Amino acid sequence: MKTYDAIVVGAGHNGLTNAAFLAKAGLDVVCVEKNDYIGGAAVSRNLYKDWWYSNCSYVCSLLRPEIYRALELHRHGLQITPYGGSVQFMENGDYYGSYQDEEVAYREMARFSRHDADAYKRYSADTMRQCRFIRDFLLSTAPDPTSFKPKDLMELARIGGKFLEMGEDRMYDTIRFWTMSVAEYLDEYFETDVIKAAMSGSGIIGTALGIHSPGTAYVLLHHYMGEVDGNVGSWGFARGGMGSVSKAIAGAFQAAGGELRTEAGVDQIIVKNGKAAGVALENGDEIHANVVVSAMDVKRTFLKCVNKSDLPSQFHQRVENFKIRGSSGKVNIALDGLPTFPALPKGSTLYNSDMHFIDSMERMERAYDDWKDGRWSEDPYIDMLIPTLNDPTMAPPGKHFMSCFVQYCPHKIEGRDWTSAEKDAFGQTVINQIANYSPDFKDLILHAEIRTPQDIEAEIGITEGNIFHGELTMDQLLFNRPIPGYAQYRSPVKGLYMCGSSTHPGGGVMAAPGANAAREILSDLKRPNTVPENFGDD
Amino acid sequence: MSKQAPVHQGRLKTPFYSRLEKLDFVNEWHQWKGYSSADSLYCSDTEYFAIRNATAVFDLTPMTKYRISGPDALDYLNRLVTRDMAKIKPGRVAYAVWCDDQGQVIDDGTIFHLREGEYRLCSQERHFAWLQAAAIGFDVSITHETDNIAALAVQGPTSFSTLNNMGFEGLADLKPFGLMHVDFQGSELMISRTGFTGDLGYELWIDPDKAEALWDALFEAGKLYGIRAIGTDALELSRIEAGFLAAYMEFLPADETVRTGRSRSPLELGLEWLVDFKKPNFNGRRALAEEKRKGSTWRLVKLDIEGNKTAHHSYIFGQEKTNKPAIGFITSAAWSPVCKQNIALGTVRAPRGMPGDTVWVEIYYQREMHWNRHMAKATVVDKPFWFPPRRGATPPGPF
Repeated sequence: MKTYDAIVVGAGHNGLTNAAFLAKAGLDVVCVEKNDYIGGAAVSRNLYKDWWYSNCSYVCSLLRPEIYRALELHRHGLQITPYGGSVQFMENGDYYGSYQDEEVAYREMARFSRHDADAYKRYSADTMRQCRFIRDFLLSTAPDPTSFKPKDLMELARIGGKFLEMGEDRMYDTIRFWTMSVAEYLDEYFETDVIKAAMSGSGIIGTALGIHSPGTAYVLLHHYMGEVDGNVGSWGFARGGMGSVSKAIAGAFQAAGGELRTEAGVDQIIVKNGKAAGVALENGDEIHANVVVSAMDVKRTFLKCVNKSDLPSQFHQRVENFKIRGSSGKVNIALDGLPTFPALPKGSTLYNSDMHFIDSMERMERAYDDWKDGRWSEDPYIDMLIPTLNDPTMAPPGKHFMSCFVQYCPHKIEGRDWTSAEKDAFGQTVINQIANYSPDFKDLILHAEIRTPQDIEAEIGITEGNIFHGELTMDQLLFNRPIPGYAQYRSPVKGLYMCGSSTHPGGGVMAAPGANAAREILSDLKRPNTVPENFGDD
Repeated sequence: MSKQAPVHQGRLKTPFYSRLEKLDFVNEWHQWKGYSSADSLYCSDTEYFAIRNATAVFDLTPMTKYRISGPDALDYLNRLVTRDMAKIKPGRVAYAVWCDDQGQVIDDGTIFHLREGEYRLCSQERHFAWLQAAAIGFDVSITHETDNIAALAVQGPTSFSTLNNMGFEGLADLKPFGLMHVDFQGSELMISRTGFTGDLGYELWIDPDKAEALWDALFEAGKLYGIRAIGTDALELSRIEAGFLAAYMEFLPADETVRTGRSRSPLELGLEWLVDFKKPNFNGRRALAEEKRKGSTWRLVKLDIEGNKTAHHSYIFGQEKTNKPAIGFITSAAWSPVCKQNIALGTVRAPRGMPGDTVWVEIYYQREMHWNRHMAKATVVDKPFWFPPRRGATPPGPF
């Protein structure tokens, strides 16, 4: 029977990226995927007539441009188009819009507070400073601070150097930043509730934390450090939906000679004599290779697919304790036409922006309180977009696709499984909140797909449906991600690697974990590196 | 539900727009703090010579303006800025810089002591959040008044004659950095002998409702004195000749810099004369005292460069050969028509750049598509390139 050089488990964007770089180095690689479609959580799904839903991830900014370029994703059909701005609908009928034009953005902010409008530049510079610090480490393996290997020491020295370069005051700021809450961080700059509420959303998206929870300032950064064409902080749509990202990476993988197998869910990773030897599929087939790379999250990989006796007990325990909590759901809607939002002027550019329906910090935090009680938020934080205003390929002419990311939504309702009535009620909560600001919205709904964390877990495989494959808190970042001592994509089992978002630098459609893991694997195999270096920014 | 009018998305128009529009032949505008501001109205070369030869009128309404008043206004300003504001009596104007706690310049601007305890601060950038934060502990009121005041710069050798022709009593006695209030058609008009051109000149400040009337009266009065409206291109050239600093050119507001070391202290900008260490406390004092003791990292230089090729974006070297690292770079450069000199402002690593020092500037210039490189010798000069006696003359002559 054939033995591959490497098997990559999971054809999400990280698995595919990893597979592509390995294949580019000349390895004979097979990527196995349990579903009958590829993409994992970066997919465009045809679930209703001629509509294509970005039914998990829905916008793109973090995808590393270095990877885009190295894999020539444009040749494989990928196009990212930027969109701009956001709007916060308010209970009093007003709204706060954020615009791409700097002056218009200023003017709008000054409508609420001149102080906040003037403070924005300082906020922006301070946040950008943290971004620059972290961005430089995205496309490199996190150094092990306990190691004396030259590579680790050099990388530690590089981080230390960049840190010292900031100067005394900014070093203090940085340490504070990494541990503070997004609410505290915003309080240092802004006085207006709705403006803070608008900005705080990025601090909690994808995390089971509230705006007042320590560590959420970093999560804000995680959403801010992306870019579209060098415009740091910009977000864009993938033409054709997020599936185009996976499809393009898969195209690069196949062009490099890689093999894709769908409907090939892995039951067990085969370990022989403490070394990875291949995978046993759910259908009973076996595939052999000396390198197995798991793009699944760390819990699914080690708690479900590896024999416990093959793992050190402490490692196993740490995997069990890894925080990966379901906190968000999605409602994907096919629309018969464009809903109107009477608060906005006709033809407002804000239609083509992120829409939110929470206007205060208190409501943001209350939304979290419901989650802690094991329920979905009665008054949720919704990040809503209508990508079809930008993209003609996702719905028939004149029709629209609406993506609603919803927070908070627990993995289990008060500790037990969701009932279908509860799932419907969750969807209705979301639809009702939007309908409060758009009277014709409900009548335009043709089809809605409601996805709880449980649904996402069942279909995609991510534990608890957590979009980041694990919380982005300091105890689970950098050399701590996913497990201290195993933050360099290797596992206790020789030949078994991790390349999913549970690893550094974490979640989002970034593709950096997949690429970084490939670099380490190629180095272990003494193969030439195919993974690009950080573009860098002095 | 109350309906909110949407925020205006286009460029704002100043109260003088209707008049500028009529004088505009080239339709070249940019945005300045959200307002449409003309680069040029007919020909920037001609407009420049209105500044140096006659009377030039520039619409400076978009300039950021704050009103500072209250019992602690003076104490507040004294902590805010580096110079001693107690010396600035009512009716006087002070150029000032303000710093963060690290002694790095946030901005520079002019502070008008309008009346006892009442000030106007004009800055290049918008700092309401900073000014409010700096007000902690003071009984002071700070209002943003950019949009509430229409302002014109009236600059050039015949500017006094023009304004004098409008019949403002006492104008002849107004000294540089002085201000006075006069009546204009029932409204209060503030006239200050200030400007950004380094020439004889004034600035007029009035209620926006009277802006058009003021413009009309001014142009009527200046008809025989060569009055012309100008855009920012001409102003920028005169600014460099005068050796004045521009934000985002000679310095970045410290609170907006992302990279460490990209901001500048007043000492590094040649503004030591504005830093009064006799004041017991002001923002940045400790850091500036330390810098004075240890020495600065950078020094702003005014350069007189050989030849006639403008040194835009050039590196500055300590020697003609470029085998050693550059010691600095040019921040603003121009050919000065009035001085017939190739001039520039730049920043170099201290202790280089003392007045009289020779440095070398690496100039790239394009001739018919092809690029050429030229190393030009340059001398660091102490004084502004252009400082005519008429700028300080009181009473000013008719010129």
